[in-house]
Amino acid sequence: MGLFSKKKMDTASSMGGISHLNISTSKDGAAYIFLLEGRLDTITAPGLEAKINEVIDDATKLILDLADLEYISSAGLRVLLGATHAMEDKGEMIVRNPTQPVREVFDLTGFSNLFTIE
Amino acid sequence: MMKELIIEADRMNLPQVQAFIDEQLEEAGCPMPTQITIDVAVEELFVNIASYAYEHGEGVAVVQVTVHEEPLSVEITFIDNGVPYDPLAKADPDITLPAKERKKGGLGIFMVKNTMDNVRYEYKDGKNILTIMKKLN
Repeated sequence: MGLFSKKKMDTASSMGGISHLNISTSKDGAAYIFLLEGRLDTITAPGLEAKINEVIDDATKLILDLADLEYISSAGLRVLLGATHAMEDKGEMIVRNPTQPVREVFDLTGFSNLFTIE
Repeated sequence: MMKELIIEADRMNLPQVQAFIDEQLEEAGCPMPTQITIDVAVEELFVNIASYAYEHGEGVAVVQVTVHEEPLSVEITFIDNGVPYDPLAKADPDITLPAKERKKGGLGIFMVKNTMDNVRYEYKDGKNILTIMKKLN
């Protein structure tokens, strides 16, 4: 019991996931890279949206690295769709390393076809 | 055995709702990928209530969880006494549209309908009652 549910967490709770999102930002010319860690849900999505909005006017390339993102809900999808719309006609929107649960959501909702997935 | 949580329908309470559900799922030995899928469905349904059920934004949500043994599955029911609303009646988003034409709405309930094994809704005694079921194996 509980063997399948162990996950790497550096937080105190052992009961399910915690709604948290750490966003690391880096810049390469006019390309902005956001490295996400945690969950993209109704509570954390506005924070990501705000960070993206800070740079979107300047960006010719927006890269979201989701290697450490374990969870995405429709709130997260709406932020990604907004970013995709903003980059349309002016640059590239790239999503990297989606984890299995996130990839499944992308496939289910057709988001796999909306941006480049690396 | 059914366990129940009564909580203010405020989206900031989502972590508590998910922790309540996850405790039952972990006890049942639910694999992590399935927990994540169920957590997403729980978010979509709870946030729906928090956002739309009550005209002045304040009201209570009741969340009931039952783990069934044979076959191993979980049943989660959301109850509110807000405005009558059947989320299942909402049309699916067109997921084949190109990015430019994709709309933001309808994604949440679409995911619930397509990841859960069973979803049903009824309006009874002044309450919206929505139940999802997911097999855990």
